[in-house]
Amino acid sequence: MAAKSTARTSKKADAQADEQYVGARIILKALEEQGVEVIFGYPGGSVLPIYDELFKQNRIRHVLVRHEQGAAHAAEGYARSTGKVGVLLVTSGPGATNAVTGLTDALMDSIPIICLCGQVPTHLIGNDAFQEADTTGITRPCTKHNYLVKDVNQLAKTIHEAFYVARSGRPGPVVIDLPKDVCMAQGSYVPAPHGVQHKTYRPKTQPDKAAVAHAVAMMAAAKKPVFYTGGGIINSGPKASKLLRELVELTGFPITSTLMGLGAYPASGDKWLGMLGMHGTYEANLAMHGCDVMINIGARFDDRVTGNLNYFAPDSKKIHVDIDASSFNKNVIVDLPILGDCAAVLEEMIAVWKARKYAADQKALKAWWRQIADWQGRDCLHYEKRGKLIKPQYAIQRLYELTKKRETYITTEVGQHQMWAAQFYRFDDPNRWMTSGGLGTMGYGLPAAIGVQMAHPKALVVDIAGEASILMNIQEMSTAVQYRLPVKIFIINNQYMGMVRQWQELLHGGRYSESYSEALPDFVKLAEAFGGVGLRVQDPAKLDDTIKEMIAVDRPVICDVMVDQKENCFPMIPSGKAHNEMILSASDKADKQITGAGLALV
Amino acid sequence: MAKKAPKSKTPTSKLSKKPVAGAEETHSIYEGMVPLARLKDKDKYRHNVSLLVDNESGVLARVIGMIAGRGYNIESLTVSEVDRERGLSRINLTTIGTHQVIEQVKAQLGRLVPVHVVRDLTDDGPSVARELALVKVAGKGDPRVEALRIGDIFRANVVDSSTESFVFEVVGTTEKVDAFIDLMKPIGLVEVSRTGVAAIARGAKSIEG
Repeated sequence: MAAKSTARTSKKADAQADEQYVGARIILKALEEQGVEVIFGYPGGSVLPIYDELFKQNRIRHVLVRHEQGAAHAAEGYARSTGKVGVLLVTSGPGATNAVTGLTDALMDSIPIICLCGQVPTHLIGNDAFQEADTTGITRPCTKHNYLVKDVNQLAKTIHEAFYVARSGRPGPVVIDLPKDVCMAQGSYVPAPHGVQHKTYRPKTQPDKAAVAHAVAMMAAAKKPVFYTGGGIINSGPKASKLLRELVELTGFPITSTLMGLGAYPASGDKWLGMLGMHGTYEANLAMHGCDVMINIGARFDDRVTGNLNYFAPDSKKIHVDIDASSFNKNVIVDLPILGDCAAVLEEMIAVWKARKYAADQKALKAWWRQIADWQGRDCLHYEKRGKLIKPQYAIQRLYELTKKRETYITTEVGQHQMWAAQFYRFDDPNRWMTSGGLGTMGYGLPAAIGVQMAHPKALVVDIAGEASILMNIQEMSTAVQYRLPVKIFIINNQYMGMVRQWQELLHGGRYSESYSEALPDFVKLAEAFGGVGLRVQDPAKLDDTIKEMIAVDRPVICDVMVDQKENCFPMIPSGKAHNEMILSASDKADKQITGAGLALV
Repeated sequence: MAKKAPKSKTPTSKLSKKPVAGAEETHSIYEGMVPLARLKDKDKYRHNVSLLVDNESGVLARVIGMIAGRGYNIESLTVSEVDRERGLSRINLTTIGTHQVIEQVKAQLGRLVPVHVVRDLTDDGPSVARELALVKVAGKGDPRVEALRIGDIFRANVVDSSTESFVFEVVGTTEKVDAFIDLMKPIGLVEVSRTGVAAIARGAKSIEG
């Protein structure tokens, strides 16, 4: 019986292998099998065969962006808000080079996306043909891996492998370069392998149990512990966030997170210290500086987080959980690295803590929490409300208060508004916060919001933006209008490239070289010109009503919030300084001048 | 390959002979863990690292691009197919850096998708490393005789000769080849072509075992 059914399946497989398809059809079959529902893309000469096949089917939706960079960020937004792999489709040459910023962004933030690129026919490769670019060469350093498919019979296998590589281990972007003749040739389809391991790439997810046991023993003996968590928890999936919450409750330790990890532990949780790093909270940074055991789970000791490495958490033993061995000892030498997936490690940590009936040193922990409460008493996120100006922090606070009861997803651009969003929008769930952390890409937020809204059509998606950043990919307003995606663009408009201005104020004697947003468009009219809705507010008393109106409109909205131009983003660790040398407010900066090597840092 | 690394203050003879320092310091060494004392050691060492990679287009560019992009040093690099059936190539590279940097190089190489194995031959037990150089020396009369005598001492083969030049083929460790070239300089060294280091572990085990 068993033998018979095997024979039948293999016969079926043979039949399938014998059946010939055109390359473009094979691509779409492979995408379908990988569960792809939506592609963000832009057509062009070398991808015409793929677009022709897209036209003939209904399973995969295509979203026409207005610029390929937008396609990449939309795929990122889609991926980050769903945990699935995002897909973009671009043409050869300029299509591919336009996608490069998005690919680099995804590499830096470990976001799984697949970029299908058209390419000139194989016989023209290397001949400087029209719209030819050495795409695999250009994208080699900005992808996790890339492929050039030269044989139609390798198409399906390569696409399946690309999805595996993109989502496994530390996720990242993968490019598949597709010459036009390969897309037009006849070949056979192979289904995705099940449970078959890649011949070389097999990231280890299960941790070394002895190492975890050692880590848990260190935690149990700690007097001033702190959890420092990052985007790895989000990438690991919702289970990791759940386990993290359990472990934090079990131990009673304080927890801080990187920009990328916000939402893994709820901001409303009582162990939450706020974000750490350059614009992190006073309590989070001082807890890091003063801790005796640091438990880093899924973060990578980025320079925005550590400040001056020579004074980084000087008296601490460091445990570092990461799925990528190259993260260990790269910036910071750690005492105990644990290679594995965050969820697997957290599960094992909880199991060991319970099995050995560990309990934290309550007396020491109480004293530590008292110290932390002291730091919290400084109220480092305090800002002065002045007259009839909307403070940017206030605008984000009100946005939070008026949206917190909904299913809300927040994306951002890059700059002051991004840091204020991280400080003042309080995330209670993972996958709700999409921002460009590693690369710091202005223009990320709007296309990312489009990707998020495609995945969550009923949810409220807000791009917290700056008036400078939003202009970098404003053309995607057309995309939002075309697909009736009611994304909300909440512009914190201070008429400056605020973060550049802030640094010029701190480092360059207030010489605001080219950082003033001259000749801004009228954002209300701009929204209307695109076919969306424009709102503007400059009176704090009318802010709430404007936000409510923005939420109520079931169309794309640009909400232009005119804020206090002078406000700077505090607290701040000046470049080259340590965690315990924070500037808390504008009046605090006089005696903490940035000098020497700090000036050269970014 | 890349620019020559700045000479480390550690003499070459001391390079690579140091035992794994700090192993005693931690309770135990877990998978993938490097002893702290070793990571904190600021001296630079020369390491021979061998990789087994898929012999596919672009694989060498991936390796070199990663190393150049991250600012590591390569002293020498060789690449050649070693297993046609399985489509495998072996890349041997010599790099100089602190232990922390070398560990980074290995980890970064290890996460490239077409890389099967990364082995630090300098650390993982005894190994042999050889390179070959073709050395052209020109001269007449006494210097010509002297060149031949030195060639003899180094067991170098003469693979080309004209009335006023020789091409020697010399095989050995990097130090031996360096020494041979140094001696030929005053005699009439014209040019040198070196293969770079090929290295292999001693004993019965393969790089995959």
